[in-house]
Amino acid sequence: MSGSAPSPTLPRGHGGGRSAAPAASRWGPASASAFLLVAPAVATVLALFVYPVCTSLVSAFTSRQGQLGFDNFAKTFALYGGDIIFTLLIVLVSTALIAVLAAAIGGYLVLGRHPGAVAALKWLYRWPLFVPFIVAAQCMRSFLAKNGMFNNTLDALGLVDVGTLGGLLDWRGVIVTFVWKETPFVALLVAGAMAALDRSGIEAARNLGASGMRILCEIIVPQIAGVFTVGLVLAFVTMLSVLSVPLMISGGSPTMITVDMAFRVNSYSDYGVANALGVVSYLIAAAAGWAYIRRNLAEAAA
Amino acid sequence: MIARWFGRLTRGAMLGFFAYLIFAPIANLALWAVAIQWYFPHKLPLTYGFRYWYDVFKPTSDAVASLGTSLVIAVITVAVCLLMAVPAGYALGKRRLPWRGPILLILLLPQAFPSVAVYLNVARLFYIVGLNGTIAGVVLVHAVHGLVIAVWIAAAAFAAVDPELELAARNMGASAARTVFTVTLPLAAPGLIAASIFVFLESLDEFTGTYFVGVPDVTTLPLMMFNASLNGNYQIAAITALILLVPSILFMLLIERFLSTETLAKIG
Repeated sequence: MSGSAPSPTLPRGHGGGRSAAPAASRWGPASASAFLLVAPAVATVLALFVYPVCTSLVSAFTSRQGQLGFDNFAKTFALYGGDIIFTLLIVLVSTALIAVLAAAIGGYLVLGRHPGAVAALKWLYRWPLFVPFIVAAQCMRSFLAKNGMFNNTLDALGLVDVGTLGGLLDWRGVIVTFVWKETPFVALLVAGAMAALDRSGIEAARNLGASGMRILCEIIVPQIAGVFTVGLVLAFVTMLSVLSVPLMISGGSPTMITVDMAFRVNSYSDYGVANALGVVSYLIAAAAGWAYIRRNLAEAAA
Repeated sequence: MIARWFGRLTRGAMLGFFAYLIFAPIANLALWAVAIQWYFPHKLPLTYGFRYWYDVFKPTSDAVASLGTSLVIAVITVAVCLLMAVPAGYALGKRRLPWRGPILLILLLPQAFPSVAVYLNVARLFYIVGLNGTIAGVVLVHAVHGLVIAVWIAAAAFAAVDPELELAARNMGASAARTVFTVTLPLAAPGLIAASIFVFLESLDEFTGTYFVGVPDVTTLPLMMFNASLNGNYQIAAITALILLVPSILFMLLIERFLSTETLAKIG
C-alpha cells in the first residue's frame, strides 16, 4: 500500500501556533519543548531512512577495491541498461494510462448527466484503492495467465481461440497491474478536486454548447493541474519502488530494476551494483519530483 | 426514443465493462480459492471444495503462524508509530516550531524515495547490529514507513482542534498538561484512530521491507503468500490473498467516514 495514502503534504491553513505569537523570540523555551516533541520521530527517520540512503550513495560510488569511482555504474549500465529503459517505459506508460483514466473517471463524476450511472461509477472505481500490491499481483497472475479469466472471456465471446493465445504475464501484465491498482488513488484525488471547483464556469461553457470532452480538457483539468500532478508523481514513484509486482508477474528478462537490485544482493552480495541501480532509481524519482516542484513554482509565481 | 435507448445501452455496456475490469481479477482469485482441481484447457475448475481452506486454517499451518506474526508486528508498529507521531503531530499542528520546513521535509522523505535501495541498506545495517530476521527489525522498518502518514494525519487532527476550547480550559484553571489530556487529545482522537488504522494496514500489507529485513526467520502473511505463489501453489496463495484483501476492502468502504472527497480536495 505504499504511496496509496493521501498526498503527504499538510492541509493548508494548519499551524495556527506560528501566527499566534509572532512577537515572541524564535528560540523561547516553548519552541525548545516543541522541538523535543518532534525529536523522536525525526531521529528515527534520520537513523533508519536518511542514513541508509547515505550509505547506499557511498556504496554505489565505491569500487570493489575500495576506491571512489564510477566502476559500479559502468557495470550497471553494461548489465542492466536495458532494464533501466524497460523500467522507465513501463512506469511512464502506466502513468500516462492512469492520467487518462483518472481524468475520465473524475470528469464523468462531475459532468455525467445520469445520476444512476454517476453513482454506479463512484461506487465501482474505488475497489482496488487499498488492495496491497502483492494481492493485486496475485489476482493478475491468475487473471492474465494463459488459462486465466481474461483469455477465457475473450474466447467465450468468440473473439479469439484460447488455444492460440499466450498469457499476458510479461511487461503488459505489469502495466495492467499498476494501472488497476493506482488509478483509483489518482482518480480519488482528482475527483475530490473537481468536486470542489466552482461550477459556474462549467455551466457557462455547457450553456454555450461546449461538449463534455472539451469542458473536461479545457476548463476542468487545467484548474486541478496541481492536485493531478501530485497524484501522478506519487503514483510514479510508488510504481518505481514496487518489488512484488515485477517479481510475480514478469520474473524473467527483461525486468524492472527493483528485481535486479534484489537479485544482485541475494545472489552475489554485490551491494555496489545494487546501490548503483538504487541511485538510478533516486534520479528517476527526482526527475518526477522536479516536475512537481516546477509546477508548484509556476503556481506560486502566478 | 431510439437514441435514448441507444444511450442507455452504451452507458450500461461501458459500466459493465468497467465493472468487469475491476472485479474479474478478484473473481479469478476467489475461484482459485475454492478450486481443488483446475488445469488447462478447462475454463472453470474441475472440482470445487474447501480442502485447501482446511490446510490454511488448521492450527499447525504456516499460514496461521504467519498471520499471527503479521498481527503481532502490525499491533506493535501502530504502538511505536503513535508514540512518536502523537507528540510530533501535536508540535507540528499546535506549536511554534523552529525549522518547521526542514523537519516536515525529513518526515516526508520515506514516502518520496524509491524504497528498495533503502531497504537493502537497512538490512545490511541490521545484519551488523543483529536486528536482521527479528520482529523488532521488521517493526522498525514498518514504523518508519508508517510514520509519514501517521504524523501527517496527527498534525492535521491537532490543527483542527479549536484553540478557543483549549483557552477556555486554561482560563478555568486547568494546567497545560491537563488541557492536552482532557481537551486536545480527545478532540483529536478520531484522526488518531484513522492514523492507527492506516499504519496497521500498511504494516499488514508491507512486502518489500520484510522481504529484505525479515528473512529468513520472520515470515509475515504477504511473504507466505508470495512463496506459495512462486511455488505454484495457487490455492494457498489465493486463500491467503483473500485474507489480506478483506481488511483492505473494509477500510476502503469505511474511509468515506474519515475522509470525504471534499476534505481530500484541500490536500496538495
